[in-house]
Amino acid sequence: MTAALPSGAAGFLARYAALRDLLPGDPALRDAAAEAFRTAGLPGATQGRRPEAWKYTTLRPLADARFQSTAEDTNGGVPPAAMTALLARAPTLDAPRLVFVNGAYRADLSTPPALFARFADQPDFGTLTWPDREPLVALNTMLAADGALLDVLDDTDAGVVELVHLSTDGTAAHPRHCIRLGTNARLTLLDVAIGDGSYLHNPVTEVHVAAGATLTHARLQDESDRAYHLATTYAGVAGDATYDSFTLTLGGRVGRNEMHALLAAPRATAHLNAAQLLTGTQHADFTSVVRHDAPSCTSRQTVKNVLNGRARGVFQGRIEVARVAQKTDGYQMNQALLLSPDAEIDSKPELEIFADDVKCSHGATVGELDIEQLFYLKSRGIPDAEARAILVRAFLAEALDAVSQETVRAALEQSVERWWERQAA
Amino acid sequence: MLEIRGLAASINDKPILKGIDLTVPEGEIHAIMGPNGSGKSTLAYVLSGREEFDVTGGSASFNGVDLLAMEPEERAAAGVFLAFQAPIELPGVNNANFLRTALNAIRRARGESELDAVQFLKLARSEAKRLAMPEDMLKRNVNVGFSGGEKKRNEVLQMAILRPRLAILDETDSGLDIDALKIVADGVNALRAPDFSALVITHHQRLLDHLVPDRVHVLAHGRIIRSGGPDLARELEKSGYAQVVAEAA
Repeated sequence: MTAALPSGAAGFLARYAALRDLLPGDPALRDAAAEAFRTAGLPGATQGRRPEAWKYTTLRPLADARFQSTAEDTNGGVPPAAMTALLARAPTLDAPRLVFVNGAYRADLSTPPALFARFADQPDFGTLTWPDREPLVALNTMLAADGALLDVLDDTDAGVVELVHLSTDGTAAHPRHCIRLGTNARLTLLDVAIGDGSYLHNPVTEVHVAAGATLTHARLQDESDRAYHLATTYAGVAGDATYDSFTLTLGGRVGRNEMHALLAAPRATAHLNAAQLLTGTQHADFTSVVRHDAPSCTSRQTVKNVLNGRARGVFQGRIEVARVAQKTDGYQMNQALLLSPDAEIDSKPELEIFADDVKCSHGATVGELDIEQLFYLKSRGIPDAEARAILVRAFLAEALDAVSQETVRAALEQSVERWWERQAA
Repeated sequence: MLEIRGLAASINDKPILKGIDLTVPEGEIHAIMGPNGSGKSTLAYVLSGREEFDVTGGSASFNGVDLLAMEPEERAAAGVFLAFQAPIELPGVNNANFLRTALNAIRRARGESELDAVQFLKLARSEAKRLAMPEDMLKRNVNVGFSGGEKKRNEVLQMAILRPRLAILDETDSGLDIDALKIVADGVNALRAPDFSALVITHHQRLLDHLVPDRVHVLAHGRIIRSGGPDLARELEKSGYAQVVAEAA
């Protein structure tokens, strides 16, 4: 069976041909996405076609990968014990939890909040995404079978919700999530991705934050070290509303976290903060586009990288300021700590400004541990390895301080601790 | 006892220390004075193990063990403490956690039991109080946002908690007002014991009024050019270094 499956982009297109009439939602939209994906292919997988947005990250290895299945034919085959073990690796919050396995919702593992619906039941591709520009969004649009729809009503505080995606070896999942917050609504979402083996997790998340509302979106990417995690998020932020996101990347062989934030009305705010802890031959790419389309909006991005072994971190950040977007306040900072001579960081900040009264700044720092700080700690009796660990943790602590919701921050801190334990082991 | 014999050290091939001979017996406090650039801070760094300096000759031992062969953390465990001239800021590192980690690392290295958080805080609070330090300094990040005087007091707090057997104070008095100076001197005086010795590097007589040394040494051009009792400090304060340096030349 396996040998008969085509690999790479052709494999996904063949999958689509087989599933087209079974997938939920508008087939015309999927057909258009399939066409866009056929034209674009997997970035880096075809000679001579590497778009600028994929300058530092190639999906070349995916060209030879064959994924057995999508959600509907693996889900039943995953033994419950394996799921329980995987799920035990997700942070435990005292909050409603939605669990997806290989892209499909699992009611038996979930404790859903009232505001939840399944994409499989109510397919909603949203309005912000660009399948024609983003090959992975095209791939997702073509094959999305399920996902979480969260709809928070006006003036409602929906508390905390945990969304967990589990992947198993040999699978490809393309979940499609959509989160809408009504006027003055609030929600904290902890979005967790874990798995075992070699697989592709390619989620697309669309976020709408209405006037005066606040979405705190924390993401924990703790995938298997053989996984491809390619996540794309589009957030539309209305006047006086806040999209406050933090992404902690610990896992994956190749990871890409691409975020688009559209600040659409006055005094909208977006925080796209992140920390990436990579080791071995891991590659993680944080790419963001923040579009200031209205006056007096604020955007903040602090992305910290801790890179060990031969790991490679990528930061690409673009701030676009439209002519009408006077009094824009944009800030972007990328910092990398290189713990090994073979680790690498690529940093590409871009500012594109058409308004004349704006405050936009960006910066990047790359360094090793500060020798004066290290000597100070050692002169107090702290052994070298412990002193180094203290300084790396301090560097990260500053990043995690950006997560204002306490239980979520504690969950992320615990994941960082477990990452440390794995490094020590 | 600290015994330094013919100690020579350089940085980037530039000789700084050119043969230091110095003995500090147990229980004594010795002051090192001298003009800028004479090698005072280099001596402090070399004794505490800073890597950028190359020891090119001589020896330094503490209670019979070869200091120069040890890592900085091993020297700390052996009882050496350097109070920095410019204490380092550690953003993201909580002061109390830092102190407890240091104390427990030293206790571990000495085969003593570690202190838990409660035991440690009790100790740290009482020492902070004795040094007239606001308690919130323990909760803040190490030296971040501290005034110059607060940083120096934080060094003395660390010293009080780690209880070294050899304290090297590198211009701990600089930037302190009279009250803070007295607090710092009292902090060191409180540690005085038959098995405690200190090397006090200073520019001024002022600190030595409160922290009376057993011996005073003048360091110039990388060598000790004169040694004497506490009176030598007063003489230097009056006549300046130029004359002493000229006499020695």
